Amino acid sequence: MWWKKPKQLPEFWQRYLTLMDSPPPKSLEEKTFVVLDTETTGFHPKKDRIISFGAIKVRNNSIILADCIEFYIAQDHYDAQSAPIHGILQSETKNQLNELEALEKIIDYLANHYIVAHHAGFDVRMINQALKRHGLSPLKNKVFDTGYLHRKSLIHSPLVDRDKIYSLDELAEKYDIPKKDRHTALGDAYITALLFLKISHHIKEKDKRLLYR
Amino acid sequence: MKNSLHERVADFLMRYPPFDRLKRTDLIGLTQGVTVKYLEKEQLIFNQGDSTHSVFYVVYKGAVAIEQKDPTELIDLCDEGDLFGLRPLVLGPVYQLQARAYEESIVYAIPIELFMPMVHNNPPVADFIWASFQTNTRNPFSESDRGQLYAAEYTIQSGNNIEEPHPLDLQPIAHRGKLVKCSPDTPIVALAKKMRDHKVGSIVVHDKVRPVGIITDKDLRNKICTAEVSLEATAAEIMVSPVYTCLENVTVTHAQMMLVRHRISHLCVTVDGTSQSKAVGVISKDDVLMAIGQNPTLLIKAIMRAENTSTLKKIRVQITHLIQRYLDRKIPTNIIANLITELNDACIKQIIQLQLKKRSEPPVAFAWLSLGSQGRSEQLLQTDQDNALLYQDPPDGREDEVKEYFLSLGKSVTKNLKTIGYEYCPAEMMASNPKWCLSASEWKQNIQHWIQNPGREEVLLSSIFFDYNFTYGNKTLVESLSDEVFEQINLHPVFLAHFALGALQSPPPTGFFRSFIVEQDGTNKDRFDLKRRALMPLIDAARVLILSHGVKDVNNTQRRYEKLAQLEPQNEELYMDCATATKDLIKFRTKQGLAQNNSGRYIELSLLTKEEKIKLKATFQAVKHIQELLKLRFNLTAMM
Repeated sequence: MWWKKPKQLPEFWQRYLTLMDSPPPKSLEEKTFVVLDTETTGFHPKKDRIISFGAIKVRNNSIILADCIEFYIAQDHYDAQSAPIHGILQSETKNQLNELEALEKIIDYLANHYIVAHHAGFDVRMINQALKRHGLSPLKNKVFDTGYLHRKSLIHSPLVDRDKIYSLDELAEKYDIPKKDRHTALGDAYITALLFLKISHHIKEKDKRLLYR
Repeated sequence: MKNSLHERVADFLMRYPPFDRLKRTDLIGLTQGVTVKYLEKEQLIFNQGDSTHSVFYVVYKGAVAIEQKDPTELIDLCDEGDLFGLRPLVLGPVYQLQARAYEESIVYAIPIELFMPMVHNNPPVADFIWASFQTNTRNPFSESDRGQLYAAEYTIQSGNNIEEPHPLDLQPIAHRGKLVKCSPDTPIVALAKKMRDHKVGSIVVHDKVRPVGIITDKDLRNKICTAEVSLEATAAEIMVSPVYTCLENVTVTHAQMMLVRHRISHLCVTVDGTSQSKAVGVISKDDVLMAIGQNPTLLIKAIMRAENTSTLKKIRVQITHLIQRYLDRKIPTNIIANLITELNDACIKQIIQLQLKKRSEPPVAFAWLSLGSQGRSEQLLQTDQDNALLYQDPPDGREDEVKEYFLSLGKSVTKNLKTIGYEYCPAEMMASNPKWCLSASEWKQNIQHWIQNPGREEVLLSSIFFDYNFTYGNKTLVESLSDEVFEQINLHPVFLAHFALGALQSPPPTGFFRSFIVEQDGTNKDRFDLKRRALMPLIDAARVLILSHGVKDVNNTQRRYEKLAQLEPQNEELYMDCATATKDLIKFRTKQGLAQNNSGRYIELSLLTKEEKIKLKATFQAVKHIQELLKLRFNLTAMM
């Protein structure tokens, strides 16, 4: 507002806002999906932080290996409890970025593409919290959750529990996807990408419009 | 940027030639450009005549069929680790064959421009590539030129898993009984008449000592009918020469290799195998095709000798070919079904045995049950797997440990069944599900519960479970379970009425004007659901009636109706109609399934001939009558 001096937004955020104004491609073949995963210090969106981020792009039913990113974020507080899950130790701090550098990388990579993640709500919340800490607004990208898409692909039968929550491990097993290097951000993003490709074909015709939203 | 994903792709590739001959750093470099492609079943990767892509492919998961078009002929089936589509990138501007996903698959697309420099700088890799191009074998470096069932004209296969030569490949092939031949100066008209009289498609042109050429139907069509050569010409003027010859008792593979390599359709069998000795017979492409997978006994043997799942997968492909051939020859459906059930059973048994070998002795006796269509011996094509596991009550205190053992067995068996082509049951009725992997007393409790509380779900579950058939393990366990079923039904006769009501739930096949009712939405919009609207009512009715008679061990629907006809002579005609209808519908479904490479459940009505439609509708009469009989017998009008 005119009486308040507008805050100078980071350059990458301005690029992002401009991009989000342009409409994304209409056809499914041309759409780009960014499949991402975050490893975090815990499950509390406000208290916990992103430790590492991995993402890969999917376009026209193909995963583009050449175009993937993975990096670690320097932690101001280190939580010994979650380290065993992810196998990341404080000492193993190769190519670490600070939070703002990391956000710049994430935002530039996401651009105006669609976000895909397993239990996507959590990852997006973690990124949004980080954005908030730097005075930025939440992500504007459209988001798909592979957990939700899988539930949509199930048949209607009294024998099938459509409300069951599936972990990435369970779904990978169900869809016959090898689970090598689980629990690195990029490894999980890759498994999620394969899962996304498989599920989007198993999904019933009438639910396909989920992907065309 | 080097990262874990590129490492992962490299780890996979280095298990297969020619990538195993590349340096690790080169391999990592190669993976930078890889695209991971998802392919839907039936999706084309490239079409015959398409200009070549800038990438070649390696199968990561699934299988890709390399085929010739018009008529469609399977040249090769590429499995995990197999490479395809490289040769056309080197040799020509367009693809000579088409590549189609035989099942849901994931392939790596590797850019040729990254790969070619590595070939040039790495003599072992280059040798491998050129050798494979020239010899047409997948792996020229394997111990011997063992040949492939589908002579590989396009692919280079892994050398790591060198399999035993396929027992079928090495079967000698029989040539036709009597050689039809003529001399080089025989007039065309005379030799054509001779071919007609002997009902053959080829004739060997033979001088006094040796075969000098061969004339086939194709030569007559291309040279005479087009008037390129006059009718007054002699055999010598139109024959194809020289002839390719082989020894008597040549193996199937060898014969096929020669046919493919020389792009010919006939081989001449001679006394010493060279073209310098007397001809004794002819082997045609058809003879070779007939020999492959013609013999079910050999297939069973091959299944029992299979040492891993990927061998079984290849045998399954042959079983499918066998069904096709049997249907073409109009062999009765029930005979085919029995045979195929045997083959399917053998596959499942072999998989269970292979999995058992990998773990400790089972803690208690168990039995593997096939449910649904496999249990009823009606499964011609591979459909979903429905199965269950039953084990002896474990000793006190060891329940958890025993359950865990069998669940893990169930999981690995169902996983391997999926690998050879049985899709997972969408409702998870499989031995890998804790609800379908139970001890004898747990199953008995289940059965008591279903029969004493016949709600909608209970009826549905029992209708699936009661078609169980023993596949592997301890048969006594299964028999005592069957006794329990009949005892419970005797104690609670009202169950049968509910069961019969369940059998009437399938929607009707035709509408008011005897037009087909097609599906309203979904992928199969406007197609006719053969299974749900025609087959299921017949199957369900047969099950109810046979249970009400307390007849054990008759699981097949057609045989159930035949048995019912014996038990109730007054209804013989109706039951025999139902038996015929079942048989026709199963045959219908199988043909559809083969044509579409799926389960054949949905029918595209526009593709049916008038005659087929009439035949199909005739079976609906049987459905209608049997449903009326159920209503009357179990007094269901009051309940509906």
